[in-house]
Amino acid sequence: MPSSFKDEGFFSHIRRIEKMRDQLNNIKTQAENELSAVTAIQELENLRVKFLGKKGELTSVLRGMGSLSAEERPVIGQLANEVREFLENKIEEAKKRLVNSERNKKLADEVIDVTIPGKRKILGTKHPLSIVIDEITEIFLGMGYEIAEGPEVEKDYYNFEALNIPKNHPARDVQDTFYINENVVLRSQTSPVQIRTMQSKKPPIKIICPGRVYRSDAVDATHSPIFHQIEGLVVDKGVTMGDLVGTLEIFAKGLFGENSKIRLRPHHFPFTEPSAEVDVSCWACGGTGCRVCKNEGWIEILGAGMVHPKVLEECGIDPDVYSGFAFGIGAERTAMGRFNIDDLRLLYENDLRFLRQF
Amino acid sequence: MKVPISWLNDYVDINVKPEELADALTMSGSKVESVEKLGEDISNVVVGKIISLEKHPNADKLQVSQVDIGRGTIQVVTGAQNISVGDYIPVALVGSTLPGGVKISKGKLRGIESNGMMCSGKELNLTEEDYPGAGEYGILILENGLTVGQDIKEALGLSDTVLDFEITSNRPDCLSILGMARETAVTLGVPLRKPEIKVEKEEDDVNEYASVEVRDPDLCPRYSARVVKDVKIEPSPKWMRDRLKAAGVRPINNIVDITNFVMLELGQPMHAFDLEYVKSKKIVVRRAYENETIKTLDDQDRKLDTDMLVIADGERAVAVAGVMGGANSEILDTTKTILFESANFSGSSVRITAKKLGMRTEASSRFEKGLDVENTINAVDRAVQLVEMLGAGKVCKGIIDCYPRKAEKKAIKFRPDRMNQFLGTSIESDFMVNVFRRLEFTVDEKQMLVTVPSFRPDVEREADLAEEVARFYGYNKIEATLLSGKSSTLGRKTFKQKIEDKIKNTMMACGLSEIYTYSFTSTKVFDLVNIPADSQLRKTIVISNPLGEDYSIMRTTTLPEMLETISINYNRRIEEGRFFDLAHVYLPKDTNAGELPEEKPVLTLGMYGNIDFYEIKGVLEELMDNLGITNYEFQPLKDNPSFHPGRTAYLIINGKNAGVVGEIHPEVAEKNEVPQRTYLSTVDVLALVENSNLSVNYKALPKYPAVSRDIAMLVKDEILVKQIEDTIRQYSGKILENIKLFDIYKGKQVPDGMKSIAYNITFRADDRTLTDEEVGKAMNKVLNGLKNNLDAQLRE
Ligand SMILES: [Zn+2]
Repeated sequence: MPSSFKDEGFFSHIRRIEKMRDQLNNIKTQAENELSAVTAIQELENLRVKFLGKKGELTSVLRGMGSLSAEERPVIGQLANEVREFLENKIEEAKKRLVNSERNKKLADEVIDVTIPGKRKILGTKHPLSIVIDEITEIFLGMGYEIAEGPEVEKDYYNFEALNIPKNHPARDVQDTFYINENVVLRSQTSPVQIRTMQSKKPPIKIICPGRVYRSDAVDATHSPIFHQIEGLVVDKGVTMGDLVGTLEIFAKGLFGENSKIRLRPHHFPFTEPSAEVDVSCWACGGTGCRVCKNEGWIEILGAGMVHPKVLEECGIDPDVYSGFAFGIGAERTAMGRFNIDDLRLLYENDLRFLRQF
Repeated sequence: MKVPISWLNDYVDINVKPEELADALTMSGSKVESVEKLGEDISNVVVGKIISLEKHPNADKLQVSQVDIGRGTIQVVTGAQNISVGDYIPVALVGSTLPGGVKISKGKLRGIESNGMMCSGKELNLTEEDYPGAGEYGILILENGLTVGQDIKEALGLSDTVLDFEITSNRPDCLSILGMARETAVTLGVPLRKPEIKVEKEEDDVNEYASVEVRDPDLCPRYSARVVKDVKIEPSPKWMRDRLKAAGVRPINNIVDITNFVMLELGQPMHAFDLEYVKSKKIVVRRAYENETIKTLDDQDRKLDTDMLVIADGERAVAVAGVMGGANSEILDTTKTILFESANFSGSSVRITAKKLGMRTEASSRFEKGLDVENTINAVDRAVQLVEMLGAGKVCKGIIDCYPRKAEKKAIKFRPDRMNQFLGTSIESDFMVNVFRRLEFTVDEKQMLVTVPSFRPDVEREADLAEEVARFYGYNKIEATLLSGKSSTLGRKTFKQKIEDKIKNTMMACGLSEIYTYSFTSTKVFDLVNIPADSQLRKTIVISNPLGEDYSIMRTTTLPEMLETISINYNRRIEEGRFFDLAHVYLPKDTNAGELPEEKPVLTLGMYGNIDFYEIKGVLEELMDNLGITNYEFQPLKDNPSFHPGRTAYLIINGKNAGVVGEIHPEVAEKNEVPQRTYLSTVDVLALVENSNLSVNYKALPKYPAVSRDIAMLVKDEILVKQIEDTIRQYSGKILENIKLFDIYKGKQVPDGMKSIAYNITFRADDRTLTDEEVGKAMNKVLNGLKNNLDAQLRE
């Protein structure tokens, strides 16, 4: 190099390289500035064409490479590649920035009021009596009971006589019964289903009978001539009164909660012996006494007992071999207690504002 | 049954508080409904005697009185006008409390000091029933001769506690103080003291005064009687009146009070006849004659029939046996000679008679439960003993007792092991024997036989003995067990029950809420829903003793109750409602009597508001889909009088009519006060159950693409969509996948009497991609079919 140092050609040669180097650096700086200011995708595309396009600035600089020597070309070539790569990265970066900001702008435009009520499909509701009946049914299905059904317009024989309540028995007064004729009644209890089951099926029997029953009570806040009962019956060898207590305990826990306790009081039903009325510890206060339980701590919910041997005999079951228990609960009273309903008439009035609460 | 504890205390020593006693008796089987403490809210009120009365110096309407209260005299200012010097009156002292929480304090009235208050009956919460004069306005004037200064509660018999028991129909023995004393003695484990019944002095022979003939011993197993002469009718003494009042019985005179006292104490209803009015002095117990009448004590003329038992004299009926006495032999103030009747009548006979005559009395309600035939002598002896005690007359010697067939006592075999097995307990045999003996059963321990006393008709077999043991052992001491070791069973619903659940769930998912309606109704409802006069639906099950016409027949249609529900909601300004009811109708079978009706389950849908026919129909389609019923269709139904003739359809399942759906007839809408656009449907649930298919068989998802084509056509108005769809199905072959109606149009560019209908038809094959050619061929067939069969004009 020193030999040609003074050479005119040599200096002009130096100037060309320097010039190209400067030009490339200028392109880099200028592009970097312009890219940082770009605000739209189209603008960015324009810049890409301007700097990197076939007729772009970088290409036009490279066209001058022909005048360089073989040693110089790789130097400039490398620099040009570095600039191209740099610009391509910058363009990609700018593109990402633009896409992001455009997306953010769109998102900002799409803000909605999420507190406006949702679009709902109206669902119907289950009647509170069905809710209670289903819950009770479910508990006993889980304990291996089947659901038995029978007619509502029933023979006196099934409703009374087979249940140890002969004609003119004073117990008939307790349940004022609707008669169709001398031998046909509107069943006053679901117990006739038990008789029908025992007469048609051999033990072991484990059934519950939910159903509609009728008694001649005038309509008021706590009475209805039509109401619903769920009765249960178990007949097998060696069934004990302890089994009845245990079954009712499980039932009370299932229906009224794990902490529920039960209490049996001796009572009289013609079709069971011994018979009991069953109280459950108050679901509102747990037994300490409150308004719901009238300060008793207990609420009467069930009638129960060991199936009367006369009833078993009437159904062709030997009471010396088999024994059984039966129990019954009123759906209306249970629903009223469970849901704090203060007027029984609401259950049969079907006001939608009432129904939709369940 | 009201039992004053003071009375109970005569026969058993009560060593616990009233509340504890109530709890203990409730848990041993005598349910206490209420514990009433008489005079509980009265304190520091005493008997006073008015010594002087002067006008108040500063007020015309007030008087200043000096009142003797035993331990001194107090000054009381009063506004009362009904008092005079010498009157005994209740005085509330300073610091006393009265019912309703009223407290009396020292005060001045118009400048004059007043140290108490004279009380009216009302202020002490007394009625005329409690004390004569208590119902009158003004200060309660007490009877003369009371002890001045005595606590008013003692003076008026208000210091008792009364237990009110619910006695079950199987325990007539508990309808007596003595019976309850027996229960109390066993419950508390203390001795029972029965009253000693004897008469000191007897004169003359009863047979000189009267005779008894029982002609119908089937209705009167026993008739016992005694006679009292030289009767002096007067009020009974205070102790007896207090007892009766506390037990809820109004005192009348000594003889009537004695009969009531004995009934309450021993449980045996008694009757007293004035023998002067018993013709020929002869009591005849017989069935009434045809058309015989009697005026009863309540002054009503009663017509009797030959099933009723009467007590007669030589000529006429003087009482309806076990129900009520006759006015013709009533005890009067002038009565001199009486006959006490203590009889045992057949329970069912008394029950039927009382029912027929519409007069249930204290006596009849006891007799009908079946009383103790061995109790009559005791009772009549007790009555004459009380006569003697009260000095109410002279007792004649001897008892007339007609008791032709002595009742046998029941003996029951008792096996302690078997009873423990049955109860799930391990109670000692000694405990059992002790319970029986304390209940006055006799026990033969060698033979293991328990003989039941005559007053316990409810105890008939070993299970009854088990109850006696269990209730005194304590029901709640029985250990809870869970059928361990018994046969296991599977708990599950029947297919029908599952379908019913599915129906309900589908209805709720479709927005319908479940309702419960009455299953009896009025005969008027048929007109309300336009059911024709000759319709089978008007043949109903009729209730012979309904609660009124509105509830007199079992329903044969559910439409009226659904319309009533809609009407209630609509009239309460609820804009929209969707309801369903899964319930029965009751269809009489016209075969020979004795056959029960068919109880047919029906699903009823009802909707009103912003709703049209296609919404309610859509619910039914959803239901069919959920139940796996595919073979169903809807056909126009023009002549159901409850429904709109142009907007109603039959639901046909498997070729059989299974229901109705439609808009209610405008006339029915008007009559039932529901909106014109009300939609109802009834569906036969058994048809749903029969045709349901809940089994699911997975079908592979399609592997090849579908091809779809749209067609539009003009058809005559009367052509039904169903006809078009049937035609498309008929001609499109196996590759048809789906038909979808997407437009029905009438109006501009559609000629009158025509409609434009557009469909999207989808084709697909399971095993290949369909070619245009294949689809084109199928479409051509479809188009030709529509043209030829339905005269459809295809639109481009
Ligand atoms: Zn409570």
